[in-house]
Amino acid sequence: MAKLNLNRVEMPRQSPKKRAKNFNEVALGYSLEQAQEEASRCIQCPKRNCVEGCPVGVDIPDFIKAIREGDMPEAVKVLKSKNALPGICGRVCPQESQCEATCTLAKKEAPIAIGRLERFVADWERANTGATKNSPKSPKATGKKVAVVGSGPAGLTAAADLAKLGHSVTIFEALHVAGGVLMYGIPEFRLPKAIVQSEVDYVASLGVKIELDSVVGKLATLDEILADGYNAVFLGTGAGLPMFLGYPSENLNGIYSANEFLTRVNLMKAYLFPDYDTPVKVGKQVAVIGGGNVAMDSARCALRLGADKVYIVYRRSEVELPARREEVENAMEEGIEFRYLTNPKQFLGNDQNWVVGMECHQMELGSPDESGRRRPLVKEGSEFVIDVDEVIVALGTRPNPLIASTTEGLETTKWGTVVADEATGKTVKDKVWAGGDIVTGSATVISAMGAGKVAAADIDKFLRG
Amino acid sequence: MYKVLLEQDLVPQIHLFRMAAPAVARKARAGQFVVVRIDEKGERIPLTIADYDAKEGTVTIVFMEVGATTARLALLKEGDAIADFVGPLGVPAEIEKFGTVACVAGGVGAAVVAPIARALKEAGNKIITILGTRSKELLFWEDVLKASSDEMIVTTDDGSYGRKGVVTEPLKELLESGQKIDRVVAIGPVVMMKFCALTTLPFKVKTIVSLNPIMVDGTGMCGCCRVSVGGETKFACVDGPDFDGHKVDWDLVAARQRIYLGEEKCAYEEWQKSHSS
Repeated sequence: MAKLNLNRVEMPRQSPKKRAKNFNEVALGYSLEQAQEEASRCIQCPKRNCVEGCPVGVDIPDFIKAIREGDMPEAVKVLKSKNALPGICGRVCPQESQCEATCTLAKKEAPIAIGRLERFVADWERANTGATKNSPKSPKATGKKVAVVGSGPAGLTAAADLAKLGHSVTIFEALHVAGGVLMYGIPEFRLPKAIVQSEVDYVASLGVKIELDSVVGKLATLDEILADGYNAVFLGTGAGLPMFLGYPSENLNGIYSANEFLTRVNLMKAYLFPDYDTPVKVGKQVAVIGGGNVAMDSARCALRLGADKVYIVYRRSEVELPARREEVENAMEEGIEFRYLTNPKQFLGNDQNWVVGMECHQMELGSPDESGRRRPLVKEGSEFVIDVDEVIVALGTRPNPLIASTTEGLETTKWGTVVADEATGKTVKDKVWAGGDIVTGSATVISAMGAGKVAAADIDKFLRG
Repeated sequence: MYKVLLEQDLVPQIHLFRMAAPAVARKARAGQFVVVRIDEKGERIPLTIADYDAKEGTVTIVFMEVGATTARLALLKEGDAIADFVGPLGVPAEIEKFGTVACVAGGVGAAVVAPIARALKEAGNKIITILGTRSKELLFWEDVLKASSDEMIVTTDDGSYGRKGVVTEPLKELLESGQKIDRVVAIGPVVMMKFCALTTLPFKVKTIVSLNPIMVDGTGMCGCCRVSVGGETKFACVDGPDFDGHKVDWDLVAARQRIYLGEEKCAYEEWQKSHSS
């Protein structure tokens, strides 16, 4: 057996100083040589733990083998047979806790950089053949119609799988572009919109029809869609409703939900104002409340827009940060200041209703709560003020109630999520499946894709039944 | 793309577009709004539905030129098209038989009141309409509103037409006259709605206003349009746009409308510069 190579090939990135001032992608991707060097470290285990670690079951060793052999078209074919959105997944999947965590070399702390290789294959295809050139031949049409509501990761994946199985699929999307959170939420510097668009175009090339500007629940209800001749519906509308702290002072000017701030910046391209019409306020001292990926994205956008000082204000400590480690490190390198064990008590405004400060409590950690993390407790008398002129609230999101409230017979939880069978995505309502954040509450792109895949398989079974 | 089928300049700075939007027309109800985006670089702005015709597949919007986006929109002609026309959004106006309803319209608000007054009239209410503008040149849809009204009062600030003064004066007289008013619907500029609500408060007549705060998506996703009603934060896009005027925090509504004043001015000036050259 050849000697194990434990030297992971680093991926080039823009320097922190440079990238903190632009919206271009931070990570630059492998060259072919780098990709082949990394691919050659894969030992092609007979037992494929990495595949089991992938929520959509990509045949990882096979595409890595193809890279090593320089057969890029084969690598593309293997990857896309399971994953319609590889350029997206290669960038935003938490590989470190999925495929790379189960990689045999992870035991030696040098797992194959599967995400970087996946990204390389997707980028190679886009640059060399175009993402829609390798669409599979039209399958035999089944004559069945499926409506997919929402065009985020869950909806796109379900739509692609169903179309490949010969069903006639229409996606209904409320916004003016398809992609959902991939377009409005995740910033350009982490996931360029041209890549999302190219993968959306690939899904469309499979025969999927995409109806934009279509707010289901308003333009047509779910029951009207079913009455219109659709044989099944997949709900993948995500978790789009922002949570606030609920303080009366939260409506001061200059306080954004992360959803609004990121939508203005990413979807509406406010960073290009006034060339693009949508404005966004650029604070000098910005506080982002929360410790997840959305908080990191918001903070890093604020910095790029020209803020002097950006704080992440988090009520627990560094080890509890829910964001991906890589994103936390990126944010730190760029100069984001982390204020741990800090929780806002109220916002302070001036006579023009603009936010000028944030009164905070110092926190301490008590015993673990139901999430297993230590519960943050207020230190009495610890109030202090942080001067800020902009606040971004990134405390998570819940499903938008629009569809559940206009549909008979859907079961929802007290958090507003739709109840669906984990193994099939089936809801209690006839002919209706659901998956992604609308079922789980805010989670990851790949878990939503996994749910879309599971539901598509069950819908197919039902339609052929 | 959504085509402009009919374009009218109602008065200087106020324009009417009849849009081809069959799916929206089928579901539209009085009091709802649409979100409009002109093109790729455009912003999303909410505009209230002024009329709709399911059979013809059309939705009519009326808008005032107040900044870069509405100025660009105003340049479109019949046959031109815009990128996005999303709706119908928001909760429809509450329409039932209340008895006598005073419909108060200020400026461009006439276009928003019109379908609500018509629906209320069809539901069997007696409609007393008070329509106010700054001056005669800015008055439009007197005839449209009259068609749904049992009584009609027109005011102009400068006295160039109808009664001289603002809408709250005849509103107050109406409430003092002893005539039973079961509900007031007041739609127009923020300050006009605020003073209508203050006028009706001592008479304890339920007063519905239609708020038009800054929005982005219009579907409850961003929270930009949050307003405080009865001490509770509401999203105007999904909880409104109609609210109880006596419970609205008007100072907050006014303050939040000013968030992008600087940017709006910059964009409008840029547009005027590029447009004149």
